[in-house]
Amino acid sequence: MIVEIGHFAVWLALGLALLQSFAPLLGTWKQQASWINLARPLAKMQFLLVSIAIVALGWAFYSNDFSVTYVANHSNSDLPWGYRLSAIWGGHEGSLLLWIWMLAAWGAAVALLSRSVPASMVAKVLAVMGMIAVGFLSFMLFTSNPFDRMLPWFPIDGADLNPLLQDPGLVVHPPMLYMGYVGFSVAFAFAVAGLISGRLDPAWARWARPWTTVAWAFLTVGIALGSWWAYYELGWGGWWFWDPVENASFMPWLSGSALLHSLAVTEKRNLFRAWTVLLAILTFSLSLLGTFLVRSGVLTSVHAFANDPARGTFILIFLAVVAGGSLLLFAMRAPLLQNKSGFKLLSRETFLLGNNLLLLTATFVVLMGTLFPLIGDAMDVRISISGPYFNAFFVPLTLLLMAILVPGVIANWKRHRWAALKAPLAWAAIGGVIVGFLASLWPEPTSFVGTLAMIMVMYVVIGHLYDWYKKATAFRQGLWRGSRRLQRSYYGMILAHCGLALVVAGITMVTHHEIERDVRMVPGDTVSVGGFDFTFEDVKPRKGPNYDAMRGTFLVEKNGRKVTYMYPEKRNYRVAQQVMTQVALRPGLIFDLYVALGEELDMPGAWAVRVYYKPGVRWLWLGALIMAIGGILAAMDKRYRKPMPKGQQEQTA
Amino acid sequence: MRASIWLIPVVLFFALAALLYASLGRDTETLPSALINQPVPAFALPDLLDENTVHTEAIFEGRWALLNVWGSWCPTCYVEHPYFMQLAEQGVDIVGVNYKDAKDKAEKYLMDLGNPYSEIIVDREGDFALDLGVYGAPETYLINPDGIILVRHAGEVNAQVWEEKFQPHLPSSVDATVVPAPAAPMP
Repeated sequence: MIVEIGHFAVWLALGLALLQSFAPLLGTWKQQASWINLARPLAKMQFLLVSIAIVALGWAFYSNDFSVTYVANHSNSDLPWGYRLSAIWGGHEGSLLLWIWMLAAWGAAVALLSRSVPASMVAKVLAVMGMIAVGFLSFMLFTSNPFDRMLPWFPIDGADLNPLLQDPGLVVHPPMLYMGYVGFSVAFAFAVAGLISGRLDPAWARWARPWTTVAWAFLTVGIALGSWWAYYELGWGGWWFWDPVENASFMPWLSGSALLHSLAVTEKRNLFRAWTVLLAILTFSLSLLGTFLVRSGVLTSVHAFANDPARGTFILIFLAVVAGGSLLLFAMRAPLLQNKSGFKLLSRETFLLGNNLLLLTATFVVLMGTLFPLIGDAMDVRISISGPYFNAFFVPLTLLLMAILVPGVIANWKRHRWAALKAPLAWAAIGGVIVGFLASLWPEPTSFVGTLAMIMVMYVVIGHLYDWYKKATAFRQGLWRGSRRLQRSYYGMILAHCGLALVVAGITMVTHHEIERDVRMVPGDTVSVGGFDFTFEDVKPRKGPNYDAMRGTFLVEKNGRKVTYMYPEKRNYRVAQQVMTQVALRPGLIFDLYVALGEELDMPGAWAVRVYYKPGVRWLWLGALIMAIGGILAAMDKRYRKPMPKGQQEQTA
Repeated sequence: MRASIWLIPVVLFFALAALLYASLGRDTETLPSALINQPVPAFALPDLLDENTVHTEAIFEGRWALLNVWGSWCPTCYVEHPYFMQLAEQGVDIVGVNYKDAKDKAEKYLMDLGNPYSEIIVDREGDFALDLGVYGAPETYLINPDGIILVRHAGEVNAQVWEEKFQPHLPSSVDATVVPAPAAPMP
């Protein structure tokens, strides 16, 4: 019964979404205030209804209702209840419901929090979001309904959730990722609304900017969580695989980062307007493309959902309507968006343009690498693309991006004198070379690229500290009081940039200094890795709720003194009949110790064991988290909450 | 600026959409192969574990065998590997092709996860894989005792794929789950 309520709520939500997608829009056209004012309550109702639906599906999982096909395929009565709930998004249909729920949540947030935006603009934004909701709700209801029942003959017990997904990291990874993906729909809706009304000015950029920044922050955390999960759950110690699904989330992140910076130019200088709109369309289209790639089965991937060309066709048509339609609208409107003011070659605008070009190149590199199997198919060329291709582009692109980052932060808008830029750049560069070179010597000297990367990291950090010092003391009230007068968005930017530096430092450390030892061990054996002695004590069977495990015990010592015990496991999930490696980790800020139990070897009691020493690997995720915090801080800047000056209230219709 | 240049994004997008549309229904797992019902292409490549042994297409004669293209750099290979261990235990004869891999990493992979292969052909340059028409790793082929390729599968092999795609091609006289491996020549 509860499931049927949820199912019904989704149909109602579809009805409301249809209404939401044209009534407010007609209202702005016909100047009907009552229709315009429908937008906010409709968006809130939408959220309420989809919330009912997701709670209903959650209840079906919680109460082990295996007559619901989706529950039967993704849960089992032995599954701990926490994972039964996260199983809501453990498969295609349910994760689609999560997608829609997030979309509704963003819509409700826009309805609630955009007090400073004119009602006619909000009406258009919510109408566009309503159209997106119509697309996804009908996609779910017509091709992949999680509420379908298997009646009258339903299984007594479920097929269990994929063991790879039975993990706390996976409980939070998809919601974060989707918050980011879907959040870009707000930026997209603002762009389309701006195109419709012909209003794409600094005020418009100021409204759209915090939403974009928050979506970007969520996506950053989502991607980092995915990488963290892959690191400890897949059991071979990597943190990024350039898998099509990872790329699908990385592309909107890259173009979203470009969009953030371009929005800054539009807000501050009323420039790059066409470019900003194009980036907003591109970013959301890439989110949709990611959805298409994951769910249509055109590419093979570890993460791919059940493949079904019918679903692929639906998303592709939807993508064509959304991206094709908005690009056409853009083509009609863009000629009106010519820039009126200009800027000198040496200015912040130039560096931000450079930033945009680099980030877009990176997006294009990932897009090509991901789609190559399809392009290759069409041209009958057979080349397999993997890590080396991406690294060949990403290392120089990242280093270049970091090189222009510092002058971009220091330089003024419009124009900057070279004489005034020379000194801070020289300080940052000299400081970077000295500190970075010294840092690269630890724990042992590394290659040229590794050293260069460390130098760039230090150059970015020193450049930002220098800029902060200069700007804080410019108020002539001392460093402490001056630093408190700087805006939140400034601190957000400093944090995000330093977070990026930390990510790069982490990647450099783990790439150049990790130690991986794969050994054959019998109980009593000791292996020494990274200055630690790992003694293999024994392997014992252990029974988990829905798996049987072999659990190894390792004593870790340094210089003869006990550091810790580590317990890697080999689990056999009973229902899914899948063997999983549960890694034992000793996480640390400086380095991780990582022990994984491989196969039992021919000789009884002998095991293949992987012992890894991973310095700096945490910095990757910590850096990403700092970037996200920086984004949230920037979005909370006071100026976004300032009410509009009177008289500007309803100048657009 | 001319108005038409603003149409460039639209054109690029529809080109991409056309590519995606053409790829829809592209079955990434049963790629049509020109080699179905054809003999295994000729090759002469060394064994991974014993470089003095050189294998040729003749090794496929007189046995039902799976040919699995893998590499330690390929994430999906790790996923399907436990299933190959199971198949090998049940007596399925699997010949590995170690594709574009480094010897030490490939050995490490086998040390770690176990070795389900009766022979492992080293294809460092990818020439043999090119002749086979390999798109990427993993790919798995079913080869009959006359050395003829019957099935090609790109992507992960699991219990479902095995039952649906491979088993129906095995002669009904042999036990469906266990393919008798006629005395694999021991190295």
